[in-house]
Amino acid sequence: MSKLDSKIPEGPVAQKWTNYKNHINLVNPANKRNIDIIIVGTGLAGGSAAATLAEQGYNVKTFCYQDSPRRAHSIAAQGGINAAKNYMGDGDSTYRLFYDTVKGGDYRSREANVHRLAEVSANIIDQCVAQGVPLARDYGGLLDNRSFGGTLVSRTFYAKGQTGQQLLLGAYSAMNRQIARGKIQMFNRHEMMDVVIVNGKARGIIARNMITGEIERHSAHAVVIASGGYGNVYYLSTNAMGSNGSAAWKAHKKGAFFANPCFTQIHPTCIPRSGDYQSKLTLMSESLRNDGRIWVPKKIEDAKAIQQGKLKPIQIAEEDRDYYLERRYPSFGNLAPRDISSRAAKERCDAGYGVNATGEAVYLDFATAINRYGKEKALILGIQSPTKEKIIELGEKVIEEKYGNLFQMYEKIVDQNPYKTPMMIYPATHYTMGGLWVDYNLMTTVPGLYCIGEANFSDHGANRLGASALMQGLADGYFVLPYTIGDYLAPDIKTGPIPTNSTEFDEAEKAIKEKLTFFINNKGEHSVDYYHKKLGKIMWDKVGMGRTVKSLEEAIVEIQQVRDEFWKNVKVPGQMNELNPELEKATRVADFMELAELFAKDALNRNESCGGHFREDFQTEDGEALRDDVNYAYVAAWEYTGKPSEAILHKEELKFEELEFKTRSYK
Amino acid sequence: MSQGFSKSSVGRKILMALSGFFLLLFLFQHFLINSLSVISADAFNEVSFFMGTNPLIQYLIQPILLFGIIFHLIMGITLELKNKSTRPIPYAMNKPSENASWMSRNMVITGIMVLLFLGLHFYDFWIPEIKTKFIEGNMSGLNESGELRFHEELLHKFTDPIRVGLYILSFVFLSLHLLHGFQSAFQSVGFNHRKYTPIIKKLGNLYAIFIPLGFILIALFHFHVKIRF
Amino acid sequence: MNMNLTLKVWRQKNAQDKGKMVEYKVTNISDHMSFLEMLDVLNEDLVNKNEEPVAFDHDCREGICGMCSLHINGEAHGPDRGVTTCQLHMRMFKDGQTIYIEPWRAKALPVIKDLIVDRSALERIQHAGGYISVNTSGNTQDANAILIRKSDADKAMDAASCIGCGACVATCKNSSAMLFVAAKVSQFSYLPQGQIERKERVMNMVEQMDKEGFGNCTNTGACEVECPKGISLEFIARMNREYFGAKIVSEK
Repeated sequence: MSKLDSKIPEGPVAQKWTNYKNHINLVNPANKRNIDIIIVGTGLAGGSAAATLAEQGYNVKTFCYQDSPRRAHSIAAQGGINAAKNYMGDGDSTYRLFYDTVKGGDYRSREANVHRLAEVSANIIDQCVAQGVPLARDYGGLLDNRSFGGTLVSRTFYAKGQTGQQLLLGAYSAMNRQIARGKIQMFNRHEMMDVVIVNGKARGIIARNMITGEIERHSAHAVVIASGGYGNVYYLSTNAMGSNGSAAWKAHKKGAFFANPCFTQIHPTCIPRSGDYQSKLTLMSESLRNDGRIWVPKKIEDAKAIQQGKLKPIQIAEEDRDYYLERRYPSFGNLAPRDISSRAAKERCDAGYGVNATGEAVYLDFATAINRYGKEKALILGIQSPTKEKIIELGEKVIEEKYGNLFQMYEKIVDQNPYKTPMMIYPATHYTMGGLWVDYNLMTTVPGLYCIGEANFSDHGANRLGASALMQGLADGYFVLPYTIGDYLAPDIKTGPIPTNSTEFDEAEKAIKEKLTFFINNKGEHSVDYYHKKLGKIMWDKVGMGRTVKSLEEAIVEIQQVRDEFWKNVKVPGQMNELNPELEKATRVADFMELAELFAKDALNRNESCGGHFREDFQTEDGEALRDDVNYAYVAAWEYTGKPSEAILHKEELKFEELEFKTRSYK
Repeated sequence: MSQGFSKSSVGRKILMALSGFFLLLFLFQHFLINSLSVISADAFNEVSFFMGTNPLIQYLIQPILLFGIIFHLIMGITLELKNKSTRPIPYAMNKPSENASWMSRNMVITGIMVLLFLGLHFYDFWIPEIKTKFIEGNMSGLNESGELRFHEELLHKFTDPIRVGLYILSFVFLSLHLLHGFQSAFQSVGFNHRKYTPIIKKLGNLYAIFIPLGFILIALFHFHVKIRF
Repeated sequence: MNMNLTLKVWRQKNAQDKGKMVEYKVTNISDHMSFLEMLDVLNEDLVNKNEEPVAFDHDCREGICGMCSLHINGEAHGPDRGVTTCQLHMRMFKDGQTIYIEPWRAKALPVIKDLIVDRSALERIQHAGGYISVNTSGNTQDANAILIRKSDADKAMDAASCIGCGACVATCKNSSAMLFVAAKVSQFSYLPQGQIERKERVMNMVEQMDKEGFGNCTNTGACEVECPKGISLEFIARMNREYFGAKIVSEK
């Protein structure tokens, strides 16, 4: 019998959440002050959850490795946040957002969760506006929307190119209010080192004060993991340098099942790599695909000449350009979903049509849009038969208004003017749909241990649609967890504070100190980064955008080898009891080394192509993903048993009551 | 207990600006009266007499002016001391000229130079004036030959080339002080507007250059006139 | 084009240590590298030589999280304009150049280690009023029920784009945090949602700012020049106005 109980409420999908909320256990406001909750991670999910739980009366402790919650990597989301408001009157609805998300996720997400997400999406916008988040407005003073990949409506709200930042500052401002009331205690520059389980329940964490190196014990009645994704397993990704999978992985090792680790999103529009020293990749918002056209040269000799720097993109005639997304997916064109766009770019570059020195880049061209906007603007301004130069000048101004900050960022990094020459882009690891398995309450398989935001697996299936990550993080934090956690905590009102002097805390602390001592004393040959880069290369080459049985089997062996080498030969300078960035990295990379293997194992297990998981042995004749709904319509939840290679697979069958399986076509 | 306005950083800079505005006005009227000395000695004498003997000006405006100067001075020094203490370890390499003008960074230096000049100025004019009027009790404004004495006293002071040189130098410092101070005062009281601020900045530059220049020219005029005789 | 550079870096073991400038050489630096990638090269080198790497704050490396700092060759975030240190590229430097790298210097932002400073003073200012008191129930009025003039919404957004890096404090000759505080105060003052607590907010935030030991604003404008997000001095003027207005009618 499977140990997984998803606790999906009965009833029609559209009424599940409402009915469930009506019958859930609640904690009396006076009793909430007797209950402590720990939240690890303070991005959109963690920050919003902290604010809401504290507002309800719980005592909240938040932990983040940055010096302020405001710096969590949610801040980097540029494009926007989806919500089924239908302000544009273009036929949007809760149902359509639900449908788009399930379809976008290639039918590998849980219907009930996704519907709940779509339901609360509209509230998020109301909430954020009430908090003073400066979402973009049109001239009538109403909120503005833009469209994003994988949808046929405009439902994306935005704040310039800084939507994530503004939403996070909104959540942080809500936290500020609770900090001022004394209901939230912040532990910044603190890293969670382990979860402590007492009598089968999550009752606290061990954290390291990153300034003093002190190992601290913190107890609570429930622990919430909101630590984001594990994209940095690839070394190069659009994640922040500090983003890591350790909190989730530690929870996994303490009994929480890890679901669908192989579902990773490779974002199609990132700035290509420029050299070996590269430390991270920078994303250019997907919103650029609203106006940019993606192409590579049609002729291989043109591509070669460009790679050698002998030819410039603007010298290539219109008929010699291959707008491959428009060619392959005429109805969605340049707005095809992320996984599809990324694979299409890889396909062209693998065939030799890449457009920079490394051969790993495609063009994102705004010339057509500049021309179109220029003409429109000339018409508006009443300029009779404008010159070509005038049109371009006007068009560039329109583009600047829309994407000015992104263009400026591109120019700073690449040193090329994207108004005059097409941008170069290439896919990069961006988001991980996989994560800790959670039930409908967002609780993991460990009682009292919750997981929200990107760190859990729940809502995006095998592929996430653009502008949905912010939506999920805030939905979980503001509107879902604060209700569902009460159901678990209701019996805990008489428990009293959890002591931190139990043997469980002793043991957890001891294990951590031993591990940290090991790193300091190891005095090996190579730095942590050296191994992290090696791991990243294996992951990108063999567990990246196109996976095969062979590549995955090789990857598993190689990951094990690198891991052994890492433990034998890693060098961590400095001491334990001080601020020591190398030591921090070592503990994180140690976890990535294990997670990577489970990742590859999961990819090997899933004999189908769906969403971000593309197995080259499962594709149609024209190179599209071949999904297997008969055998693989399940969530693969892995149980840790001591080694990643010996993880046990548990399947949560995905039942679609409202929607039926459809081949995901964007043609 | 909430923080008092005059204890707060923002409050103090607003007070600094308000006292600055007042001094700007004072300086302007002083300039106008001085200009008269070039045009007509009689007119200058008349106005000086009025200013020097009118009770409203002597007993109300003059103390306010003194208070304004002292306030501006003490507040300026207090703020400077506080500001100096906010960075106990200086930068080993610092390029402040990359992002701010010399004038804006050295208000305390130009201010102190102007203060030193004020000392001289008081010694030259204000103290003898107070002595004559309030200690000796001579409120007539007349010299020994029974004429109004102000214009003559003015000329007398501009005979010494060193003194004129100091006078000119001081007004250069005043100009530097005003080049930042004028527009800064508007910013401090919260007047910053996309349309009007550029105008204020231009006006400020005009004021900061032409008023001190005017004072200098008047001094030179009298010096020159004296030499010629 | 590859460069060889001399670095003079502030090294300080912990908050109590006195600290000093230490000279390092880095070679073969590509002009496409970001400044922090150049420091990565230095650190990799130091680790290989069994020395302790230089500690510096950084995270997103795309100019938005506000974690990175560094006073580079006499300027906050280095010689480029409108960028954070992580977005500063080595093409701004010349082969053979000496580069001074120092932490933010201010009494209110004490050094924790090497180039890392403690910015919690900025956080405490936020806690003093950087929010609108609204419950997170989601049962507020519909977002479009609040109309906001586009120009006001845009201004609020301009103010809100502050990333809290502290460059304004670091570059100000008085270590003043007014640009930071003004940005937050202004954002809410432009929005209808922020009106209710408008007066208390500005008074409380200014009071906390003063308690933290930041200096006064003398309108030199350096902060505006060095701010990686181009936050305007207009907002400081606005804060002054807000403060004046609030204090005059305040009963406290």
